[in-house]
Amino acid sequence: MKAVCWMGTEKMTVETVPDPKILNPRDAIVRITSTCICGSDLHLYNGLMPTMEQGDIMGHEFMGEVVEIGAGVDREKLKVGDRVVVPFTIACGRCFFCQQELWSCCDNSNPNYWIAEKLMGYSPAGLFGYTHMLGGYAGGQAQYARVPFADVGPLRIPAGIPDEQVVFLSDIFPTGYMGAENCNIKPGDTVAIWGCGPVGQFAIRSAFILGAERVIAIDRFDYRLQLAEEGGAETINYAGVDDVVQLLKDMTGNIGPDACIDAVGMEAHYTGPMWAIDRTKQALKLQPDRPGVLRQVIMACRKGGTVSVPGVYGGFIDKMPMGAYVNKALTMKTGQTHMMRYMKPLLELIQGGKIDPSFVVSHRVPIDKAPEMYKAFRDKQDHCTKVVLDPWANAAAA
Amino acid sequence: MSEAARIHLRNAQGRRLHRTATAFRWGALITGGALTLIGLSKRSKSGVAIATAGGLLSFAGAKAGVRQREMIARSSILLNCTPEQAYQFWSNFENLPLFMRHLESVTLTGENRSRWTAIGPLGKRVRWDAEIAFDRKDDVIAWRSLPDSEIYIDGIVKFRNAPANRGTIITVVVVYQPPAGAIGGTLARILGKDPSFMMRQDLRRMKALIETGEIPTVEGQSHGPRSGVAAVARVINPDDPIKGEGKLSDIARARRRVS
Repeated sequence: MKAVCWMGTEKMTVETVPDPKILNPRDAIVRITSTCICGSDLHLYNGLMPTMEQGDIMGHEFMGEVVEIGAGVDREKLKVGDRVVVPFTIACGRCFFCQQELWSCCDNSNPNYWIAEKLMGYSPAGLFGYTHMLGGYAGGQAQYARVPFADVGPLRIPAGIPDEQVVFLSDIFPTGYMGAENCNIKPGDTVAIWGCGPVGQFAIRSAFILGAERVIAIDRFDYRLQLAEEGGAETINYAGVDDVVQLLKDMTGNIGPDACIDAVGMEAHYTGPMWAIDRTKQALKLQPDRPGVLRQVIMACRKGGTVSVPGVYGGFIDKMPMGAYVNKALTMKTGQTHMMRYMKPLLELIQGGKIDPSFVVSHRVPIDKAPEMYKAFRDKQDHCTKVVLDPWANAAAA
Repeated sequence: MSEAARIHLRNAQGRRLHRTATAFRWGALITGGALTLIGLSKRSKSGVAIATAGGLLSFAGAKAGVRQREMIARSSILLNCTPEQAYQFWSNFENLPLFMRHLESVTLTGENRSRWTAIGPLGKRVRWDAEIAFDRKDDVIAWRSLPDSEIYIDGIVKFRNAPANRGTIITVVVVYQPPAGAIGGTLARILGKDPSFMMRQDLRRMKALIETGEIPTVEGQSHGPRSGVAAVARVINPDDPIKGEGKLSDIARARRRVS
């Protein structure tokens, strides 16, 4: 089959690899019909996440048809022929954490948990198409994928809804939604969201669904801010602003936003001297993460407010404004998305016509074009917001 | 001090004592050897005295022989099942190789007796017989190697209810006394630098098996071309047991299959 493989920093290639096999009783094999490139894949593309290995298959946002299931899969929950969206976190469904609905903290799905334990104390769940520290599971930017614990994660999708409307249930829609839900939104609240990439876009719309009065979106690309405005947000292009924190205070009667979302993560862009310092430290591997947005989010949030971090961080940060965090009595909520908590209710929102997630798609291309799309997505060329790959389309015909 | 903390401390002291003993041994051998040479080269009465002292010191160093240190592994884990289920699983020792990576087999040989085979790097095997020393249903099992075994291994596993119906916490303590020589060397290599780490890995596999019915794995999945360096590292990985004939060619083949 064809698969997008990580062959080194900024080196993605489409390789022909063996088709996946069932390895454990609760595995299923899915024939993939749509698969996407995620912003968090760019951290791997840029070589910033440790424990990747040459030849790893990328991708954690995919859907398709079940073509084979193992002997241990609960037939009530999954059958051959089912059309499913596969969540990016892998969960066993039986451990203490799964039973608390902390699905992304599953205790049993990461075979390389000990590497994560060294870095983080405990290991989160395994993920598709990510680092070996998080399991090293082969990903879904391919024609087929092996899905472990297949009777827990995959969500059955009824016929009649196009792929583009439901494929983002695999990650970014629930991730944006959980980012907004973590804000503990109350009537009248103002939510400020840093980053208008796909997760930010879904966080904007989810914040309104959850009852926010105002959403203020911050980015530096006008085409993304345009999309945010279409979602109902007020926007700030920080590239033309001296002091984002002061501007937010001015926009909110000096109170500040009730909740702030960092939908950017470890590769943030910002201005000022700290940008140059952090960029240099990251290049020299002195600091894996570039935390400019996280610092700003903590400074900007109103007293007693909530900071929600769906953005991805990999390791350690410097100059965390802990004094502001403590003295302003802030709450921070984070986590990889507890996917299985959100997929079904969000599918119902889509079916009810409350939201059509396909608004975020900017590019639909055959899988063979994946390598160039990684570059375009990272460099924000050609107004790239979200890339959907067709694993079966013929590149020559496209 | 908690039992866990005591064992940590004892292992650390053991490592220190072992290092000190090794240093003494080599120090005595080298100094004694040097004194002997100096004494012999003097060809005088004092030379003979120096050579004799050197010889005695060398002898003491050689005789001191560093006794293999005792190693203790201790780990505990929360299982999402009742103590009865956990006890039932563990009390059948033939289940242990399902999750203990370095155990090739445990065969019951009598009512309370069993034959254990562990497998080390390069397919080297260590065998011993064990008997159940103490057994209280749904609570505790203790076992020990038989007195005439080449290896001394005592183990105990305790099952207790976690609070608020959160399942069962099992705690396992195993004490290993590797003998000198090849068998002790193989056992020491199996246990590695941190026997508790190995135990923790085994218990994680047991947890997955009991809770989900399988042990998570990515071995054998599809991938693109790997780099040559990684392939070599995988083939020569000294920590990996290979359940096969133990010939180098088998190991290379098995590792290629895995990668």
